[in-house]
Amino acid sequence: MHFSRRLGVLAIASTLIAGNFISTPGLALGDAPGVTSTQILIGGTHPFSGPAAAYGTISQGIQAYFAYVNDNGGVNGRKIVYKDVDDGYNPAQTVQLVKQLAEQDQVFAFFNTLGTAPNVAVQPYLNQNKIPQLFIATGATQFGLEGTKYPYTLLFNPDYQSEAQIFGKDLVAHNKNAKVAIIYQNDDFGQDYVTGFQRAIKGKGPTVVKTASYEVTDADVGSQMQALKASGADTLLIAATPKFAVQSMVIKAKLGWNPVTYLTDVSAAQFLMQAATKAGGAGATNGIITAEYVLDPTNPGMAGAPGMKLYRQILSKYGGKADPNNAFVIYGMAAAYTMVDALKHAGKNPTRDSLMNAALHLNEKNPFFIDGVTLSTSPTDRFPIRQEQLGKYVNGLFVPYGFVIDARK
Amino acid sequence: MTPQARRLVPLIVAVVLFAVLPFVIPSFLTFQFAFAGAYTCAILGLTVLTGTNGQISLGQGAFMAAGGYTLAILAHSAGWPPELAIPLAAIVSFVLGGIVGVVALRLTGAYLALATFALAVSVSPLIKRFGWITGGAQGVTLPFSRDSRVLYAESWGIAALLLLITWFMLRGRIGRSLRALRDNEIAAASFGINPVPYKTFAFALSAAYAGIAGALVATATAYVSPDTFGLQLSLTLIIGVVIGGLDSLWGAVIGGLVVEFLPLAAQSINVAATSLIYGIALILVMILIPGGIAGALRTLSRR
Repeated sequence: MHFSRRLGVLAIASTLIAGNFISTPGLALGDAPGVTSTQILIGGTHPFSGPAAAYGTISQGIQAYFAYVNDNGGVNGRKIVYKDVDDGYNPAQTVQLVKQLAEQDQVFAFFNTLGTAPNVAVQPYLNQNKIPQLFIATGATQFGLEGTKYPYTLLFNPDYQSEAQIFGKDLVAHNKNAKVAIIYQNDDFGQDYVTGFQRAIKGKGPTVVKTASYEVTDADVGSQMQALKASGADTLLIAATPKFAVQSMVIKAKLGWNPVTYLTDVSAAQFLMQAATKAGGAGATNGIITAEYVLDPTNPGMAGAPGMKLYRQILSKYGGKADPNNAFVIYGMAAAYTMVDALKHAGKNPTRDSLMNAALHLNEKNPFFIDGVTLSTSPTDRFPIRQEQLGKYVNGLFVPYGFVIDARK
Repeated sequence: MTPQARRLVPLIVAVVLFAVLPFVIPSFLTFQFAFAGAYTCAILGLTVLTGTNGQISLGQGAFMAAGGYTLAILAHSAGWPPELAIPLAAIVSFVLGGIVGVVALRLTGAYLALATFALAVSVSPLIKRFGWITGGAQGVTLPFSRDSRVLYAESWGIAALLLLITWFMLRGRIGRSLRALRDNEIAAASFGINPVPYKTFAFALSAAYAGIAGALVATATAYVSPDTFGLQLSLTLIIGVVIGGLDSLWGAVIGGLVVEFLPLAAQSINVAATSLIYGIALILVMILIPGGIAGALRTLSRR
């Protein structure tokens, strides 16, 4: 009696487990799985949990834009369904989820999978299976250079080296005798930044006199900033994520150090600048130079831009609980615009290869970008965004400074 | 049927189930089960260390990193196949665990938890510090990609082996001594059990299991980076052993399955709900079934 009851429990448990997991995979049609006469299924991964969960809000901007497009006829009559899942920024998790989306859900393509490590982890699998890995949410330069090895992978963000080159070019134009100090995050982002900047100034006058790095797990960058100041540098490059960038600006002011300062776009949102000004006084932020490509919803100077109006309009109708002032949300919408652009150009009956072909022949004016910044790709140029507008922080606002600079030239 | 034979029934059912599984489920799911096998190994380490010996470790992810990187570096720069690299990953983590174990002798309870937590926190900066060999933040891509069923067989084969070894070890003198030290160290010592070798061994063994788990995760992912072995992982594993059931070998298997499939299942409810559901599951288990799922099943079957 006991024995049979125990067996019963086990049997029920195993049936439950199996029943949940066994599912019939959809039938792949031709070389366009995920595409039916009425919809296109796209997959993605973002961290919605764990330490990087803030990036999860990118998904809100993406979903809102797709909903808006679907309500206005979709892409060639098909509605876009975006299945976005949580990988917690763990590459071991990303590979499992990507396989599941590819094999069980049969997604047509992947879009905006986030993070350098997660994308590196799934790159071989997606390319072996010829599944597009489009407009990925990272700026690691390596992704743009491996087109022959990984033809199905394409960046979205301006690569970190290009952005740093834009700063380098500006510096060369203004101060050939500059002595530069760099504070950077010790990962691919920070390291790429240092590399790009050094390349742009090499042999053109300015020199890097001191670099200092920090770990994301560090408490603050006080000691690094003191060492940089002691180097006697007159120019500072901040390649740091928001928390550390704000600290750098504040500590710089508290040390009474006033170098010409370049600040990565990653940390140049208006609310961060306001936080730095509040903690360190106007001297912390005044005159800081940044490079931008996506409109900043917290910058009143951009409130009147047509793209900003469209963004707010779409968000109020399709955004749900999304915070319109969150820079990640408008980033997501900008990326979604480019994805839709590529899908539109992939033909009436898109295949994975026709989508890749379209993605590599883009030349668009993205409404959610700053005026003058364009996005373009070609089979030999896998860096979609290489132009950025410099901005200077004057009286509590980033104002355009100089022209749009192109890292290509 | 004798009581001993009866106890074997669930075991036989489980073995048959796990043997048949990869032939009836889709490839991606087999792949996910391979990860569950790896997590089972890591949690089994906690079963010995925390469950049987009463030492808390929030640093199991650090030893997984040690094992994972040992395998990745050997595979990447010397072309070693995983079969050769996994034993070495176990040895490296065993030694590291022994060293930490010696330090841990002076710490108990919350202090030990904090010290091992520091271990988990230091993983990422340490890996980046030695970027010339670890690939830094970029990580290391492994030069092979394996079929899901091969990965499954490897993970669960090794997990079964470790379960068997642990069973033999814990049923005799070693298990008794570890439990006695857990329940009352002074009393145990007065019976002639020297705490030093036992507690250090428990730490080293637990680390070796984690190292093997890390090597298996690295093999399946075919890539390692500091993000693979983040802080979250160590916490997830301790949650896994509590939900599965401390001091129970079945608990390790259940814990491995929970750690792998709970986040995936949570996602289907709400994509942002993973952490929340982990928290709720943990609280419910602590209140309703302190012995974990394995403990609850045992009570159920005795009725």
